[in-house]
Amino acid sequence: MVDVGWYMALAAALFLIGALGMLLRRNALVMFMCIELMLNAVNLTLISAGRALNDLDGQVAVFFILVVAAAEVVVGLAIIVAIFRRRATASVDELSELRG
Amino acid sequence: MVETILFVLAAAGALAGAVTVVLARNPIYSAVGLLGTLFSVAVLYVVQLAHLVAAVQVIVYAGAVMTLFLFVIMLIGVDKEEKREENLPRQRLWVGAVAGVIILFAAGVAVFGDFAWVPAATGPVDQEATNGTVQAIAEPLFTDWVLAFEATALLLTIAAAGAVVLAMFRRKRN
Repeated sequence: MVDVGWYMALAAALFLIGALGMLLRRNALVMFMCIELMLNAVNLTLISAGRALNDLDGQVAVFFILVVAAAEVVVGLAIIVAIFRRRATASVDELSELRG
Repeated sequence: MVETILFVLAAAGALAGAVTVVLARNPIYSAVGLLGTLFSVAVLYVVQLAHLVAAVQVIVYAGAVMTLFLFVIMLIGVDKEEKREENLPRQRLWVGAVAGVIILFAAGVAVFGDFAWVPAATGPVDQEATNGTVQAIAEPLFTDWVLAFEATALLLTIAAAGAVVLAMFRRKRN
């Protein structure tokens, strides 16, 4: 059996890569994907910790995170499309002012 | 032994996909990399007996969410090259370094700390207690967590309505 610490290390690495992508990329879509990456890393920690603690609530919590993430993607992508229709760009550098 | 092999393969797949998301120049490649990561994480869920969550991960994430992502990428267009020069060179470097140190510290605690901060984790793993079948997940979901469950129903309705409102948004002038 793989020690739970290895799952935590993998999740930390995934979260780190997601956070770095969030900091390095300018494309709003890619930044969004990096958020999904970080959410998945946290889900993995919840499931691994739930198994280590013999508690099923970790999996229930992941269930709710999946629902919230789905809702977040729907609204976020709609915002990105709305911005693109106004400004014809998906680069966050060109959207530094909040004017329409 | 089987778990070790599956863990190594899935971990390699997840990390490769994650690196692809960050480094790929074309957003389509980023989306495909994210798809690989999502599948690999689903494999890790199955390895840890979270069957239902793994199935939902593949259906909702790899199915619905990634389809939506690819759809928007196609809609917005992928021909524009992303600018690579740095606007805030020092700030980005510092924030990245600090975040990296914090996360690596947390990983070090998790791997080498032997979970001294979680007393119950020292006991043996009971495979039956965390066997995430549909029945096992449904019971806490509809008893202890029923309020949160109903709240997510409300959240999904609001999100769908919000997406429709944003899609119907039109420029007033011209």
